[in-house]
Amino acid sequence: MIASIARWLDSRTRAAKFARSIMNHVFPDHWSFMLGEIALYAFVILVITGTFMALFFDGSSADVVYHGSYAPLVGVHMSSAYQSVLHLSFDVPAGLVIRQMHHWAADIFLGAIAAHLLRIYFTAAYRKPRELNWMIGLTLLLLAIANGFLGYSICDDLLSGAGLRIGYSILLSVPVIGPWLTFLAFGGTIPVSATIPRLFAMHIFLFPALIATLIGAHLALIWRQMHTNYPGKGRNDRVIVGSRLWPSYTLKSIGLFLFVFAVVAALGSFVQIDPVWIYGPFKADAILPGAQPDWYLGWIEGAMRLFPSVNTHFGKWLIPEVFFPGFLFPAVVFILLYAFPFIDKLISLDFRAHNVLRMPWEQPFNTALGCAVLAFLSVLFVAGGDDVIAVAAGAPLAWMRELLRYLAFAAPLLTGVVAYAICETIRRRRSRAIPAQPAEPFERSEVNVEMR
Amino acid sequence: MSENGLHRERPDLDQATERKIRTTAWFATGVMLSWNLGKRVAFALFPSLCAQQSEKQVAASNPSQLANSDRPSSSRASDLNLTLAHETHLLRRRRWGTFLVGCSFAASIAGFLLFFTAYWTGGSNQMLGGGLALFLSGWAAAFIFWAHLLTAHKEAVEPREDMQPPARDREEFEQAFCDGSRELQRRGLLKLITATGLGFVALTVVSLFRSLGFNPNNALYTTVWKRGQRLMTEDGKTIRADTLEPGSTVIVFPEESLGSEKAQTVLVRVDPSQLQLPDSRHDWAPQGNLAYSRVCTHAGCAVGLYLRTAHMLMCPCHQSTFDVLRGAQPTGGPAARPLPQLPLYVDSDGNLRAAGGFSTPPGPGFWGMPS
Ligand code: FES
Repeated sequence: MIASIARWLDSRTRAAKFARSIMNHVFPDHWSFMLGEIALYAFVILVITGTFMALFFDGSSADVVYHGSYAPLVGVHMSSAYQSVLHLSFDVPAGLVIRQMHHWAADIFLGAIAAHLLRIYFTAAYRKPRELNWMIGLTLLLLAIANGFLGYSICDDLLSGAGLRIGYSILLSVPVIGPWLTFLAFGGTIPVSATIPRLFAMHIFLFPALIATLIGAHLALIWRQMHTNYPGKGRNDRVIVGSRLWPSYTLKSIGLFLFVFAVVAALGSFVQIDPVWIYGPFKADAILPGAQPDWYLGWIEGAMRLFPSVNTHFGKWLIPEVFFPGFLFPAVVFILLYAFPFIDKLISLDFRAHNVLRMPWEQPFNTALGCAVLAFLSVLFVAGGDDVIAVAAGAPLAWMRELLRYLAFAAPLLTGVVAYAICETIRRRRSRAIPAQPAEPFERSEVNVEMR
Repeated sequence: MSENGLHRERPDLDQATERKIRTTAWFATGVMLSWNLGKRVAFALFPSLCAQQSEKQVAASNPSQLANSDRPSSSRASDLNLTLAHETHLLRRRRWGTFLVGCSFAASIAGFLLFFTAYWTGGSNQMLGGGLALFLSGWAAAFIFWAHLLTAHKEAVEPREDMQPPARDREEFEQAFCDGSRELQRRGLLKLITATGLGFVALTVVSLFRSLGFNPNNALYTTVWKRGQRLMTEDGKTIRADTLEPGSTVIVFPEESLGSEKAQTVLVRVDPSQLQLPDSRHDWAPQGNLAYSRVCTHAGCAVGLYLRTAHMLMCPCHQSTFDVLRGAQPTGGPAARPLPQLPLYVDSDGNLRAAGGFSTPPGPGFWGMPS
């Protein structure tokens, strides 16, 4: 059976030779290589569940009166978009499970990307020849954040309505071209009827297409360059160690995909997420205190709260308040991330290609820097919910905020120093325990000579 | 109706249970993560512990070595014994593997049946998703057990392609490219038409932007408020100068566009003797009626809270506060510009009307904004 299919295909495509070489491809076995894979599978789940939902979603802000089966909202005016979300959640069999799975898959997608990014950073996997893939990965992160935001914004509920207005003001604060960009994306000063159809089109066509394309490029590069290896016995820059694509890696990978799918299904059915029917439809005169964005935007929200109130001008131009924390700060973070492989070359003065990873304790400065940035972002993340925390702790908000401002400087400093000290200790102990092995020098020139 | 059964659960699930489930999940994840991390740090700090650990790891990842570790440590073991031990081990492994794969798949079947019946009989969301999760995770476990126990795992080592490419490749590419372009005649003209064509494409795209209405024109500066518009509540009631008690508020709109978000205004009444408006605004608040734009100047949320005793309007998004008595100057939080004020007057019928547009453009700032 397989033989005859193979013959049929091969006599038309001559792919057998290629397929043979594919099966031999080697993948490392370490668990941390699965993080990127989890992100990939989360994306697959997003596409599957998203396609189902798109068939029910009505991206229109036309005013309708609800008559579905969720009793508390019967007779309430709302947008057609919000109504279609309620319809999917309450009147379509399995609709709510699929919708919650979609939202959870999005959170897991972002989480896996972030964890993957950290793994790459702390093991210096971005070094030559993988700088390009590092940048593609960062672009994927940006697109994923944007698409996540678009996704929950089009439900047109009270919570996302507030988020939408904040997103709108951030885009509006872009220097000079802000208003034009904003009108292009939102169709006018919100609320206008053009907004939801536009965001919907971006959410289901533009961004997924870009993400899928870049995932393709990311994978192609990984395939071409092969994965890195953790250092260890028998590992060097000239070989890859692990299991072959067929059969062992294929089985594990299918298992992982199914497992991610299972986790998403379990979360989607047992853990409520984004209950838009509780928030109610967006209304200009309603408010929802304690509103929070999805987790991956928490750091920007926190920055917007902690940044002091400054009224600045550039010449006669006003610089909007949200420009600094909402646009400039994330932009700087991402620019530094994009440039990091090259910054690292200047720090380490190492311009060679590497296929074996550098462990965190072998690069104390980078590790300390990474931990400090993480600490900073964590403080911002906490600050994103400072009003909720202040209420829970019974402390005055202004006081909380002042404390968090100090913490935003102190925590990174402290974490950085501690991380540096730990790395140094580990390094010293290791070099004492394991007598320094003669490094395996990897002289490119020699190899080239050999190969010619 | 079968459909009714499907959706009653979520809204009724009480908040406490909800929170408990979530906390437990986070807690478990946290414990697992910190255990793992702690172990790693500990092993890294004390390499002597590490020796045992790494042996175990090697053994787990490499069954052929696992077999070897079964080998009696003394060198007296004969070859026969060795092979026997190895064979027994493999056999045990295969049986054990088959058993686990079987169990997982049995769970998977049960999960699928649960999902399937729940779907067709209108079962609850928990049954639907739980069934799906069991079905998929059982199947996943079967694959993973298969990979680990029923696959003769050999660590593969492959040479990599050298990432430093031979210069010859590049030279050949350049050669081929140059040879090809030499066949082109009038290369200058080709460049010209390509560049011009691309320029036209850019212009076409920008022109299409126009269809998308991307030019803000005046939209960011103006609202429908103008002199003479009556202040009305959303359901169309007019407001008289004494409708509000001091210390209370109401949301008002221009009579021509009730419910407009951009024009939404909060009307606050205070004791006129407390007012500290700038001189230029001395007649903007007849009988202590103050009207401010309700769109936050920080990031556009609705400034929805009024702190009566402090005379502050507060935005729930990032907790900016605005002093109502002093022209809604920001007094706390990230907002840096006051809420635009709407000048008011009382007409001959005693109704409140706008005496003009907002003092500044309402809403979040942008770079061209007059201030
Ligand atoms: S939007 Fe009002 S404080 Fe940020």
